[in-house]
Parts: sequence; C-alpha cells; structure tokens
Amino acid sequence: MQSRIVAWAVAAVIGIGAATAATLARAEGEPFVMTFKDNKLEPAELQVPAGTEFKLVVKNADQTPEEFESEDLKVEKVIAGGSEAEFTIKALDPGSYEVYGEFHEDTAKGHIVAK
Amino acid sequence: MDPSTALIVFREVLEAALVVGIVMAGSKGAPGRGLWVGSGILAGVAGACVVAAFAGVIQNAAAGIGQELLNAGILFAAVAMLGWHCIWMGRHGREIAQHVSAVSRAVVAGSRPLYALGIVVGLAVLREGSEVVLFLYGIAAGGGAGASAMLGGGAVGLAGGAAVGVAIYAGLMRIPMRYLFAVTTWMIILLAAGMASQGAGFLVQADLLPALGRTLWDTSGILSERGVLGRVLHTLVGYDAKPSGIQLLFYATTLLIIGSLTWILGKANPPAAPAARAA
Repeated sequence: MQSRIVAWAVAAVIGIGAATAATLARAEGEPFVMTFKDNKLEPAELQVPAGTEFKLVVKNADQTPEEFESEDLKVEKVIAGGSEAEFTIKALDPGSYEVYGEFHEDTAKGHIVAK
Repeated sequence: MDPSTALIVFREVLEAALVVGIVMAGSKGAPGRGLWVGSGILAGVAGACVVAAFAGVIQNAAAGIGQELLNAGILFAAVAMLGWHCIWMGRHGREIAQHVSAVSRAVVAGSRPLYALGIVVGLAVLREGSEVVLFLYGIAAGGGAGASAMLGGGAVGLAGGAAVGVAIYAGLMRIPMRYLFAVTTWMIILLAAGMASQGAGFLVQADLLPALGRTLWDTSGILSERGVLGRVLHTLVGYDAKPSGIQLLFYATTLLIIGSLTWILGKANPPAAPAARAA
C-alpha cells in the first residue's frame, strides 16, 4: 500500500515537472522571425500576440550590413551581413508597429502587428 | 550623386558635427583646443573604422548584447566627460570670461580639462561614424547605386553635416564673450542629458533595465525624429518622440546632477576674487 502511494507521488511529481517544462517551453516559444533579403523585409507584416513578451529574431540574409530600427518598438541595431540578432520584445498593446532597415529605408520596410 | 546616400550620411554626420560645433564654441579662447578637438575627430574616425570592421564580432559578443553595451558605454563615457567639463566651467568659467588681462585668462584657461572635450568629440564621431562606414561599405559591396554615385552622395552628406556644425559654431560665436560660456555650458548639459537618455534606451534594448513604460507619450505626429529638425533636436536637447519612462528618468537625473553642481559651484565661486583661484 505504502509503495503504491510512493509510486503515485513519484508519478505526480514527474507529471507536474513535465507539465511545467511544457509550459516553460511554450512561454519560451518559437521566436518570431523577420528577414532582410535583397534589401527588403520579409514578411512585410508579422503577426504577433498582444500582451505577452516574445523573442524577435531578425536575420540579415544579404551580404551587406543593415540596421534594424524601430522608433515604435525602441530598437536600433546593426546586423552584419549573413548574421542575425535577437530581441526581447516586452508585451505589446494591440496595434501596428513600424520597423525598417535604416540603410535601405526606401525598400526595407515592414510592420509588426500585435493582436 | 545618390540623394538617399547623401541623406543618410548627412543625418549621421549631423549629430557628430553638432557636438563638435558646440564643443568648439564652448572652448573659445582655450589654447590647444584645436589640437584636442582635431585629435578627437581623427581618433573617432579611426575608431569608427575599427568598430565597423568588427561589427559582426561586437554584435555576437556578450551573448548578443555587445553592440548595446558598446553604445551605452560610449554614451555614458561622453556624459561623464561633458559633466566634468561643465562642473569645471561652473567653477572657472566666469573667471575666464571676466579676466581683463589676456595673460591671467590664459593661466586659468590652461588648466581647463580640454582632454574631456577631445574625448567627447572622439566618442561622438566614433558612434555616428561607425554607422556611416558600415552603410557606405554596404553600398560599395552591394554595388547598388554604383561606386561613384555612392562616393558623391557620401561626400555631399558629409559636407552638409559639417556645414551644420560650422553654422552652429558661427551662430554661437555671435554671442558676447560674457554670456558665451553660460550658453554653451547649458547646451552641453542638455547634450549630456540627451546622451544619458539614449544610453538608457540601449540598456533597455539589452534587457538590462526595465523600460518603466515603453512610450510615455508620442509626438512623432508633430515632429518625427527621422526628419532633419527632429534629428537636430534629438542631438541638441535629447528630443525623443516616444520616450520611455527610464529614458525620462535618466534625462532628468543627468540634468539635475550636472546642472545643480554647475550652478552651485558657480554660485560658490563669485567672480569677485578670481586672482586667488587662478593660481
């Protein structure tokens, strides 16, 4: 009888642990990705959930450096050619946030839309 | 000449040029200032090339926040140097301005921390210059606009930015010597407050500081920071169309600390007995 209780307890602990790990994994989440390619930003509109923190990875698929910038999100970072940078974006209010590549402002434009 | 290249280079050069113009005006009459400021510009350009060459390394350093730390470090170092110079000027500025004899003026002025201004100029050129170098390198390597159009655009942008620096210097030179240092000292305090606010912004981006409210207010509809006037005010008084709480806090704190020290030391040192202090 006692061994059965211990077994249940162990199972419960493993279960809670697994559930916690799963929750954490979801909280960590897959990062949202935007890519500079041919001096354009892809996707031009990125949908993200409003109200939760998320990771944004900005890749620069071009060979030349680009500066990822957004007054709306308050980020500003040079990304070397063929590399990427990660940003932690705190919970956004619903709305549209303008982002762009400062070195190719005419073409490298996009929005992050929080819903 | 490529107009968009010119505009981007102009915007970056503008910020450094305004700093140089104010620093030059604020050190009027100080012997050796040209050498300090000139060395600052040269060191800044050299440093900008090094930073640009190692952009990828810096970007990946410190678990991906190397660039933010470097920018914040440059800005806070500049704030410290500007603050030190203001406090020194609070103590000695009026003596310099009111000394009748050029000799005694030179004695006071000679002890002035011109290296602080040289360092500030170097840091300003370093920060803005590295972006210009990366941008121009990108166009040259990408072969988009053509090398000659790029060079032309870059040259026009550089000349335009430098012209604004010269213009602000010339404007300040019209101020009578009696008031000049009071004006430049307060301009430098505002410059420092703006830099502290920007530095805080980079630390928020690196997730090392809380934003304390991402956007306190939004005046981008009235005056965008991306326009030339917005950029000028961004540099001169730290204008931010969408400031965060922590930026405002850093701005106000810097203003308060440097401003009050400068003011108090200026009060405590009335120009009545300047000769004793000159020694």
